[in-house]
Amino acid sequence: MEPKFNFQNTKPVAVVAPTVSTKLEFTDYLGAIKVRWDIGRNNYRVNPGLYKVGKPNNQSDVLVSCNYKLSFDHLRKNLSGLNAWILVIDTKGVNVWCSAGKGTFGTLNLVKSIRENALDLMVSHRKIIVPQLAATGVAAHKVMELSGFSVIFGPVRASDIKPFIEAGYKATSPMRKMDFPFGERAKLIPVDLMYRKYALLGILIGIFFLSGLDKTGFLFSKMAGTCMCPLINILGAYVAGIVLAPLFLPWTPFRSFSMKGAFWGTVITLLIGLGFKTPLLEWITFLMINLSISSFMMMNFTGSSTFTSLSGVQKEMKVAVPLQLIFALLGIALFIVFKLLQP
Amino acid sequence: MQYLRNVVTLKLNPELCNGCRMCTMVCPHAVFEIVHKKARIIDINDCMECGACALNCQSGAITVKSGVGCAAGILNGILKGSEANCDCGNN
Repeated sequence: MEPKFNFQNTKPVAVVAPTVSTKLEFTDYLGAIKVRWDIGRNNYRVNPGLYKVGKPNNQSDVLVSCNYKLSFDHLRKNLSGLNAWILVIDTKGVNVWCSAGKGTFGTLNLVKSIRENALDLMVSHRKIIVPQLAATGVAAHKVMELSGFSVIFGPVRASDIKPFIEAGYKATSPMRKMDFPFGERAKLIPVDLMYRKYALLGILIGIFFLSGLDKTGFLFSKMAGTCMCPLINILGAYVAGIVLAPLFLPWTPFRSFSMKGAFWGTVITLLIGLGFKTPLLEWITFLMINLSISSFMMMNFTGSSTFTSLSGVQKEMKVAVPLQLIFALLGIALFIVFKLLQP
Repeated sequence: MQYLRNVVTLKLNPELCNGCRMCTMVCPHAVFEIVHKKARIIDINDCMECGACALNCQSGAITVKSGVGCAAGILNGILKGSEANCDCGNN
């Protein structure tokens, strides 16, 4: 007679979890620079699963992370000297906060990952440290209900994890607060510069051709000769909305981001106008085009910022988007009219 | 840093609050404090409607219409006729 074997009670004999270093390599830094410039950013991932840092045992802490490699690297480089498990869940290569907002770093995905990686067999305790910013997608009481693991929300920043653990899993109030300092804002600028590069290129080419407009048609020599001032205006507006307004965010007047963008668009247009000694009517034309660009670009920075609400963005967009459209169309129309009127 | 005033949809019903402090732990902008074992909103204009508090409020004392506070996401939603949704990570 065959022995009865209950498959439901089988346990894995050995689970191999790869060990990761807490020191980043040159390729990790290079990878970080690339994704900051939007190169392969949507496919910069680590395999979901369980990882070791140091030599963890069944008493060691479990830190949960997303599978965006930039975030994962940032976490592990802050864990030197610790023996811990890292449970990486599949967030489609998106960072913790954004994936939690979308629900991929969510309760069900986390519970699924706990089961798939047999976490209840790997550790004898029943607690996991989840980044605080994942709380937008992870309901701690539901995770407890579904998996038996109690969620401890860790600090906002990975650099606070060691003091957080040392203090007995207690976060001080600054550890719980998301700020948005100059350096953090600066890091986001390259991606935003690259994000609309084709739109920018399209506008630049369009303006280049329009510069050659004449009563008789398009003249190439005129394009080359007169395109400089309008092209610099467009580039200036782009930089105003993507570089200046985000960098000087807290010191720029107005609360609405589209107005902050418009502010820097005006400043840049003034400076360029003075530089080129642009006649007033032509300057107003540039101002209209520039305001629509700088204001639109800065409005998009709401997505990168850490403190804008959906209701607020919807409110400002109701006013800003129609104005941006009107200014852009009116500006281009005036630009063409001036070209045709020129002797 | 604070965004537009008097727009957010965050609501707290202190009668339902059981004083578990979860909202004070998950809020990234320190919107809540606990006074006499009940949560209290310090400055509602600090709220960014991320929804972490409402999701982690076991007693259902907090409600907020949360979503991506991102202009590109909202435009995306309008163009595709869906909810506001950023295109990051949808491939």
